[in-house]
Amino acid sequence: MSMSNDCCSTAAILSSPNDIVTVTTELHYKDLLGAWKVRWGIGRMKYKIDPGLYRVGSPDQTSPVLVSANYKLTFDSLRKELTGLSCWLLILDTKGINVWCAAGKGTFGTAELVNRIAKTGLYGIVSHHKLILPQLGAPGVNALEVARQTGFTVVYGPVRAGDIKAFLSSGLTATAAMRAVKFTTLDRLVLTPMELVPAAKTSLLILGVLFLLNLFAARPFGPADFIGYAGAVLMGTVATPILLPLIPGRAFAWKGWLLGLLWTAWFIWFNGWLAPGFLLLASGYLLTLPAWSAFLAMNFTGSSTYTSFSGVIKEMKVAAPLIAASSVIGIVLLLAAALLG
Amino acid sequence: MKHSYLKNVATLSLAAEKCVGCGRCTEVCPHGVFGVTDKKARINDKDHCMECGACALNCPANAISVASGVGCAAAIIWSWLTGNEPSCDCSDSGCC
Ligand code: SF4
Ligand code: SF4
Repeated sequence: MSMSNDCCSTAAILSSPNDIVTVTTELHYKDLLGAWKVRWGIGRMKYKIDPGLYRVGSPDQTSPVLVSANYKLTFDSLRKELTGLSCWLLILDTKGINVWCAAGKGTFGTAELVNRIAKTGLYGIVSHHKLILPQLGAPGVNALEVARQTGFTVVYGPVRAGDIKAFLSSGLTATAAMRAVKFTTLDRLVLTPMELVPAAKTSLLILGVLFLLNLFAARPFGPADFIGYAGAVLMGTVATPILLPLIPGRAFAWKGWLLGLLWTAWFIWFNGWLAPGFLLLASGYLLTLPAWSAFLAMNFTGSSTYTSFSGVIKEMKVAAPLIAASSVIGIVLLLAAALLG
Repeated sequence: MKHSYLKNVATLSLAAEKCVGCGRCTEVCPHGVFGVTDKKARINDKDHCMECGACALNCPANAISVASGVGCAAAIIWSWLTGNEPSCDCSDSGCC
């Protein structure tokens, strides 16, 4: 972590200057490498910083207080936007989880905020009574309750850290664009490794089973089968997220199924499996592979920024039985094709 | 491009007679669902509500109700299997 302990320079205005760490606003290659590792699921659980009060620049008692989570990536993306500013950062203990998820769980919440204000002695450090919270923390925080218990008023800042400067310099007003959560192609692209890595782990298991099956099979599974399967996984975990708004329909499972079907149909044709001798194999794949893509795509609802609980329930009540039935019948056909040859 | 999820499923409702017109709901909503004119809030775009619950929790007049929850298939499958409430805890990713 690139923080330096600047101890006595602003002692005059602080009640306990030694406790407050000054934060730099530049990210170093170690921070960037760490961010990359987190995206690919390497040791990401250990990525937290200590909760408490930090200073950026040389803040005084009139400087704004920004509240955030103790997930290192959240903290980094905030501090790199604060170059040239002087402010306080009040970091809540969200167990190393980002603001949005922590607010959903309530760890970025009223109780922790009230508690952290008391613990850091914020009351004696700033003379104003205003906190700027990230807007995405609002599902966990009851602003009225915070004011009642601490006397601090909550102002919800912009969704993206990149808009903080504009928000501060415009007298704490956010435009509609700053308030809106987007889900751009780039946003979706950076999430795909998190979909792909767990799917690849499951795939190892499936490959193990196929390997055992090959010991008995009259038509062993080979590289062509692997490519067909891998394609279906990529359709569900990478292609569907990236092409999301371009694929017709609304339900995620449907979008994934559609791409999975296109892939499987092309793949069967390409391998010349449209012939009568390959009937079992071809229909087995048409039933299993698109269903698998649909399932993986449906999992992307967890990463999207616009799906509601009621919507996902409705989608799953329809999709889950269809996916299960289609997979089971398909697997039976594939087994028959493999064992009978 | 604005994303659209399933229509007519969101559980959001607004009791406009209780509204005091503070504008907090427009401040917290990440999908611009609310608008306030003449000191009264209205729901502009219910189908874009993701049921995060921010508006209902922060409305000082208790005018908004929504059944909030995580819109995440993996969490819901996990809750069906374990009988617990769906939460982002289902994955070991540390973030949903
Ligand atoms: S937060 Fe509540 S009281 Fe305030 S404008 Fe919205 S509905 Fe009305
Ligand atoms: S629940 Fe969330 S998305 Fe729905 S209207 Fe309220 S703030 Fe907006």
